Amino acid sequence: EVDLEERLGELDLRSDSDVLPPTDSTPEILKRALSGLSARWKNWWIRGILTLAMISVFFLIIYLGSFMLMLLVLSIQVKCYHEIITIGYRVYHSYDLPWFRSLSWYFLLCVNYFFYGETVADYFATFVQRREQLQFLIRYHRFISFALYLTGFCMFVLSLVKKHYRLQFYMFAWTHVTLLITVTQSHLVIQNLFEGMIWFLVPISSVICNDITAYIFGFFFGRTPLIKLSPKKTWEGFIGGFFSTVVFGFIFSYFLAQHQYFVCPVEYNSETNRFVTECEPSELFQMKKYSVPPLLQAVLGWETVNMYPFQMHSIALSTFASLIGPFGGFFASGFKRAFKIKDFADTIPGHGGIMDRFDCQYLMATFVHVYITSFIRGPNPSKLLKQLLILQPEQQLIVYKTLKSHLVEKGILQPSLRG
Amino acid sequence: NLQESESENKLDGETASDSESKSEFGGSPSVPTSDDTPEVLNRALSNLSSRWKNWWVRGILTLAMITFFFIIIYLGPMVLMMIVMCVQIKCFHEIITIGYNVYHSYDLPWFRTLSWYFLLCVNYFFYGETVTDYFFTLVQREEPLRILSKYHRFISFTLYLTGFCMFVLSLVKKHYRLQFYMFGWTHVTLLIVVTQSHLIIHNLFEGMIWFIVPISCVICNDIMAYMFGFFFGRTPLIKLSPKKTWEGFIGGFFATVLFGLLLSYVMSGYRCFTCPVEFNNDTNSFTVDCEPSELFQLQEYNIPLVLQSVVGWKTVRMYPFQIHSIALSTFASLIGPFGGFFASGFKRAFKIKDFANTIPGHGGIMDRFDCQYLMATFVNVYIASFIRGPNPSKLIQQFLTLRPDQQLHIFNTLKAHLVDKGMLGSLEDA
Repeated sequence: EVDLEERLGELDLRSDSDVLPPTDSTPEILKRALSGLSARWKNWWIRGILTLAMISVFFLIIYLGSFMLMLLVLSIQVKCYHEIITIGYRVYHSYDLPWFRSLSWYFLLCVNYFFYGETVADYFATFVQRREQLQFLIRYHRFISFALYLTGFCMFVLSLVKKHYRLQFYMFAWTHVTLLITVTQSHLVIQNLFEGMIWFLVPISSVICNDITAYIFGFFFGRTPLIKLSPKKTWEGFIGGFFSTVVFGFIFSYFLAQHQYFVCPVEYNSETNRFVTECEPSELFQMKKYSVPPLLQAVLGWETVNMYPFQMHSIALSTFASLIGPFGGFFASGFKRAFKIKDFADTIPGHGGIMDRFDCQYLMATFVHVYITSFIRGPNPSKLLKQLLILQPEQQLIVYKTLKSHLVEKGILQPSLRG
Repeated sequence: NLQESESENKLDGETASDSESKSEFGGSPSVPTSDDTPEVLNRALSNLSSRWKNWWVRGILTLAMITFFFIIIYLGPMVLMMIVMCVQIKCFHEIITIGYNVYHSYDLPWFRTLSWYFLLCVNYFFYGETVTDYFFTLVQREEPLRILSKYHRFISFTLYLTGFCMFVLSLVKKHYRLQFYMFGWTHVTLLIVVTQSHLIIHNLFEGMIWFIVPISCVICNDIMAYMFGFFFGRTPLIKLSPKKTWEGFIGGFFATVLFGLLLSYVMSGYRCFTCPVEFNNDTNSFTVDCEPSELFQLQEYNIPLVLQSVVGWKTVRMYPFQIHSIALSTFASLIGPFGGFFASGFKRAFKIKDFANTIPGHGGIMDRFDCQYLMATFVNVYIASFIRGPNPSKLIQQFLTLRPDQQLHIFNTLKAHLVDKGMLGSLEDA
């Protein structure tokens, strides 16, 4: 009987050799093309080419529309989850744990089912109203999700094996924390997306821009180290990245705010069975005259400027992306050092795993969501409608009368004989 | 480099547990069980044999806790809320302390402060959401409260982020893994302990009966399963808890269902238990006064033919709530114990006998509440799914904050729906 503690103890003694040797997953083509260059420039070129490739894929998906974006977000979420869970397996040598892989994927499925039911179902309200079985699923959604989760919980308890208790509890906790980080926030990303593609694009681009410009500023001007966790980061890079990102966000929002495609909330049209983005742009996206503060007047030479109100919000988003976003990166760096891994995985040559690219995005997604709900929009109309339709008929009638009198008061509804 | 990693190994929890592996479970446990029993009890019971003494201590403490429970119920919802809060803090403290002991992380910089800070943040978030819902008019009156409530989510998020950034800044070179473990440990504990204590408070506001019946069913199941096991127990139930038996499990199930039916019958007659707790703006206190809903009005039920011959009645007068109590008791007896098995597995995994030594003969607060956690979530989901729908006045409030075009859209959809159902028609002027 190998005692578990001894196994864990040995794990740390040979932890140095446990570090994954960096496997070179660079495609053959690239290698041959760049074989002439020195190692440092070669690395730079690989990173550069892959960066451009990822940005192109990003633009392509945007062009393809909201549905594809949702699928993309879902795929990334699943891949990130897989990467983090795999790290857990390796750390704890728990490949041979009974049931554990199935349970992790099962919990992922449950939590996704719960979130998709809560958020996406709201948007498909008219679609759902027509089908009886879907109505049942929606009405008792929370209960069904909870029952599914409980099944997983009971399976976990029944799967506890005498020699592996601690390991199993660790993996259980690891799974839950991972779910909390990756799944909840990918759903916040999707909710931001439904608010309007601009709320999805500007934050993500700001984080990417901050990454790139901080790197470039650090490359050329970097001298003072920023934090012990990430020795490559410098204060010059940090501050330079901050200013560039704010300017970038400002300009980028200006361009995006002009197109209905980006600005309008995504809606599902039940007749055409597609997502449409068509609306009367809200106040945020209508040009306004702003007086330039006297301080800047001297610098710029203008007295007023035409801007979209959204650009002011973009300053807040860019500021967060530059100042707080990096903490997500430091967290991930600390995590990698704690578990002695170089990268989360080797999916992207030169960059590491998907998690490596998305570590800063997670805090951003939550921030944007909280920002929108606090400062931009009120309650969600589709969700409100759904709740109204669940009420008892007598309650609905009372609500109807109250609403009608309110609307007539405000002059929104004209009082007429036949309504 | 190798030296650094070796020194990290020495401080890491894993290698320290090598010394624990030398001690067998139950032989020399890592947390010495101190004898907490008060001197008085010790002297009074000094003559009895050890087994009976233990039984008496447990029995007396059980009665003490049940009495305490009744007193608190008598004192009202406000005191109950405070008790739930205290229990939550104590459970959090117990679990975090176990984490400290497992990882020998007393000397981690900042960590105690951060754990308590996160507890504060999450509580602030949940209390803010609850308070905003139930104290709506009060909040709207006071200016500072109104601002706090309007930007509540943003403020909570900012507070949490501050804690997150402090954590990142507190990472120290040799202790990374330990700090991440404790971070994960804290968050899982918060998820379990804090969210569910708030669900309990939500249940409480729905009506005290939704708080008392589930908790009593779990306690009853505990006691009944123990007694049935004591007198009739033969077949072991699960390897995790060798003391549990199938006889105890099944006997406890039937006893709990019966107990739930009887308790609900008694409680449904009193308005103070069945009415939702509301905050009265004029008297600035909680009131439980209302027209009892359908659930709490006696109805005639036909007894199924099977039972008619046994019981001898054709119809019976029951509260509809009693039917729901069967569902609650069933859950408490069949699934609730899994919470207990989970806690047993946890204790075995970390080689501790009890969560703490707060209650003599019983262990820590967590030991008493481990089965309650799943129950609280179940009751909350049950109420949300089967009992109450959304709150109409709340919906109207939300409606009033929408834009005019959105309001019009919703109004028209609702109108079309009502016309469809035949509730409107030629009553356009109504």
